[in-house]
Amino acid sequence: MIEKRAQHLTDRLRYIEDIFAGRHAEEIESLDTSLSEFFQNLADGTMDDPMAELTRLETLFAEAERRLDADLTPMDRVRIVRHPQRICLRDILENVYDNFTEIGGQEEHSTDPGMIIARATITRRRGKKKYNQLIMVIGQEKGHGEEFRNGGSVKPWGNAKARHFMGVAETENIPIHTYVFTPGAFPIEDYPGAAQQIARNLYEMAGLSVPVVTVFSEGGSGGAEAIALSDKRLMLSHGYYSVISPEGAAAIEGRLKPGQRATPELVASCAEKLHMTAEDNLNFGYVDRIVPEPYLGARPFHYDFFRTLRQEIIRATDETIVSVRRFGFMRKIALRRLARENMDEMYLRWSLSDSGREKLVAKRQKKFLKLSRGACNDKRPALNRLRRFCAETWQSLSAQIKYTLYTRHQQQLSNFFEETASFLTFLKNRMLYPLTRKPVKPRMKPEAVRALTTLSEWDGGERKSRWVYVSPRAREDRAISCPNAATHGCLDLWAPDLYGEFAGVCTSCGHHFPMEYQWFMNNVFDLGSVHEFNAEVEAINPLNFPGLSEALEKARAQTGLASSCVTFEASLEETKLIVAMLVGSFRGGTVGAAEGLKFVEAAELAEKKSYPFLAYVHGTAGIRIQEGTHGVIQMPRCTVAVRRYIEAGGLYVVIYDTNSYAGPVASFLGSSPYQYAIRSSNIGFAGPSVIRETTGIAVPPFYHSAYKALARGHIQGVWDRREARSNLHQLLMTAGGRNIYYR
Amino acid sequence: MQEISQLLDAMKASPYEEVIVRAPHTGQVHFTAPAVGSKVSGASGEWKELPGTPIATLIRENNPKIIAAPQTGELRHVHIELDGKFVEAGTVLAEIRHFLSREEVISRLLRHALSLFNAPERAKYFFTPIVDAKVKSSGCRSVTVQHGMELFIMSRMKREMPVYYTGPTGIIYSVYFSHNENVDAGSPLIGVCPADQVAGVEDMVLRVQTEWKERE
Repeated sequence: MIEKRAQHLTDRLRYIEDIFAGRHAEEIESLDTSLSEFFQNLADGTMDDPMAELTRLETLFAEAERRLDADLTPMDRVRIVRHPQRICLRDILENVYDNFTEIGGQEEHSTDPGMIIARATITRRRGKKKYNQLIMVIGQEKGHGEEFRNGGSVKPWGNAKARHFMGVAETENIPIHTYVFTPGAFPIEDYPGAAQQIARNLYEMAGLSVPVVTVFSEGGSGGAEAIALSDKRLMLSHGYYSVISPEGAAAIEGRLKPGQRATPELVASCAEKLHMTAEDNLNFGYVDRIVPEPYLGARPFHYDFFRTLRQEIIRATDETIVSVRRFGFMRKIALRRLARENMDEMYLRWSLSDSGREKLVAKRQKKFLKLSRGACNDKRPALNRLRRFCAETWQSLSAQIKYTLYTRHQQQLSNFFEETASFLTFLKNRMLYPLTRKPVKPRMKPEAVRALTTLSEWDGGERKSRWVYVSPRAREDRAISCPNAATHGCLDLWAPDLYGEFAGVCTSCGHHFPMEYQWFMNNVFDLGSVHEFNAEVEAINPLNFPGLSEALEKARAQTGLASSCVTFEASLEETKLIVAMLVGSFRGGTVGAAEGLKFVEAAELAEKKSYPFLAYVHGTAGIRIQEGTHGVIQMPRCTVAVRRYIEAGGLYVVIYDTNSYAGPVASFLGSSPYQYAIRSSNIGFAGPSVIRETTGIAVPPFYHSAYKALARGHIQGVWDRREARSNLHQLLMTAGGRNIYYR
Repeated sequence: MQEISQLLDAMKASPYEEVIVRAPHTGQVHFTAPAVGSKVSGASGEWKELPGTPIATLIRENNPKIIAAPQTGELRHVHIELDGKFVEAGTVLAEIRHFLSREEVISRLLRHALSLFNAPERAKYFFTPIVDAKVKSSGCRSVTVQHGMELFIMSRMKREMPVYYTGPTGIIYSVYFSHNENVDAGSPLIGVCPADQVAGVEDMVLRVQTEWKERE
């Protein structure tokens, strides 16, 4: 017994040493000395009362942990959540739930042992009666140092498994509890692909009609979002939730080359600047409540913590259920009561009626759409906004009348008359045929005869450009070499030809050179039809991240844009559509709160006007990491907007150009059923160097190319830039959604 | 056999090959090569995706193009006198001495000594049962092949067809395919050596493996 308790103290000491990584050395040294003396005296047999001495030592450790906890830095919290002694999902399943059965795999015998799914029960009482409530538990499992768990870094098929069982829970009408224990998703493109699968998960969760409660311990970017679009988001007090790992942020901030490692100081400074602690996220409104942990973080022996977590998770589920039940006044009373009750001693049914399920989805969607509105500079004058609101409401109303009432009935009448008329014509022709039959004499116009019987003529005229917009690079007097010249034997191309007439396409091999976003904007849509809106919404620096304000100012000066997202109304062969464009030349096309707001409003406008919605991705490097969780929350938020639009009958099309990576592809872009790529595109979750650094696997050249993405089933087609207009028109003509004006 | 022996002697006498770096087209040349005598590397990486050491920049119509070392070796000579001048296509810009590795020497010798029989199409290949039993029991060098002999079974999906050996008579010196793995069309299946030359070839390979000094 003494040895066991003493060993426990040794483990606690190692844990403290690990999480402070050299800090508080004196205090740790003092604890170490006390423990060593105890072991020495125990071995010598010089202690009168070893149990009393051990109790004194335990008190000493508890006091030291309390003192040290007050001085935790964000980086210390990162080390806490990654420590092998940290609680993991299996600890929670064993201690928070009354019973559970793991499904979808056992230990390492699983499609992905990093993601575990369990059917669990919680037993509650009302008086003497017991109720077993069923739950689907989904979460990443880090294990206590088990290598096969991959540190909770889930592979695409692990997320696919999670999505499958979310569907099972929905069928069975039982709540879902998700636990986020991941440093980030495993960035590989093998089918179903890291980005595309996270997008599918987000899309599924945006419309999941059962209560979902999420608990964050380690919330690393896209990997976390894959299971975190929920009704209630709880966060453990010593956890973190961030757009990127501090190491990843340090690599970007320090502009490190592959193979170089960031200094611990730089990593710690990034952890501080990213504002990723539970308090930060509660203040931003991205989590609903913090679950307090014991000093220096919860470990498997903290049974009180599991009791607290059980109470909180039951309360969060109850609150979610109550908030969508009928009888509003009773709801308020119930919610107030829930705040102070012992949740085990009361019972609330967790299944929902059909109307409750609808309300739940709508409530969740609205909650996410409201987030992060204050994290950008909305400079639209109030009067303009009011005017715009009135105009949009009127357009929405007229579209509803036009396309749902008038068009539908008009279509039915028109169908009836067309069919009757064609039948009558056929009947008339058959009856009159013996009387009207005449020998047919071929008649040709003289011009046609001349064209067929004489040699063709040179039509003369000046050489005209096919394109309305021509790249400024076409003014340079220089030759350009195709990167495929060595393998395909391409000849050098003269820049005015390449960037002018050839639209940036090698005439020999078809290699697509990247072009400016203006090329697509001006050459694909009808001339003069582009009308921008919400141009006043400006990207800012909500976390005061050092250097971002200056970088944004520089980007504004260079591009003349206020953010990387440009939203406009345009038409193509007279088909009107709403376009949200991510511009790669503005901070790499990164998405922050301003871009998210513009994207959401564009999707909403497209829904109101019953227009097709096109996301043209000139380029995006991902979420703007300097905005922290203000950025990463755009993933679920914009996906919700996309889901609402598609469910309203909209046609959502995504076209990739140049490089598109990370968060946006793993959410609102990847959730489109119609994704196409210009041949110049590279599409993926993480770039080659990040994959190499994270997984240790080198990726071959062209791993992210458009054709590879097509072969993996991530996109539906690859387009030649010169045919983008006709291809897009063809798509609009053939893939129009119901109730939508697209012709 | 005499010919192979002479080839090895020649390679020993000059254990390197001279790689000439030429201008791929006309243009103004600017040298960026390291000092003469230093080592340069050719394209590297698992997929040869990393370019070699830059030797020069050739500018034509304001289009700078980097000329990289095509092979790893020692930079023997750089025609620095051409720096800044307009050169014709094919003009020699630099010379690299690439020292042959042990594997390269063996490969060259075997290329001369062996007659390769290539896969006619992409498929899985197996020896016919009699040959297979012989190969498994006594090794491939116990099998003598002759023109027109039924030697392989080509298996592709559910289709199996016999493949007849064409080439000189000899014994199978080496087998280049593995059990149950696809072989691309044109890839070698076996290397055949006349029976009287086997001992000589084996001796030659052994000599290279023990005596050849790696310079790089």
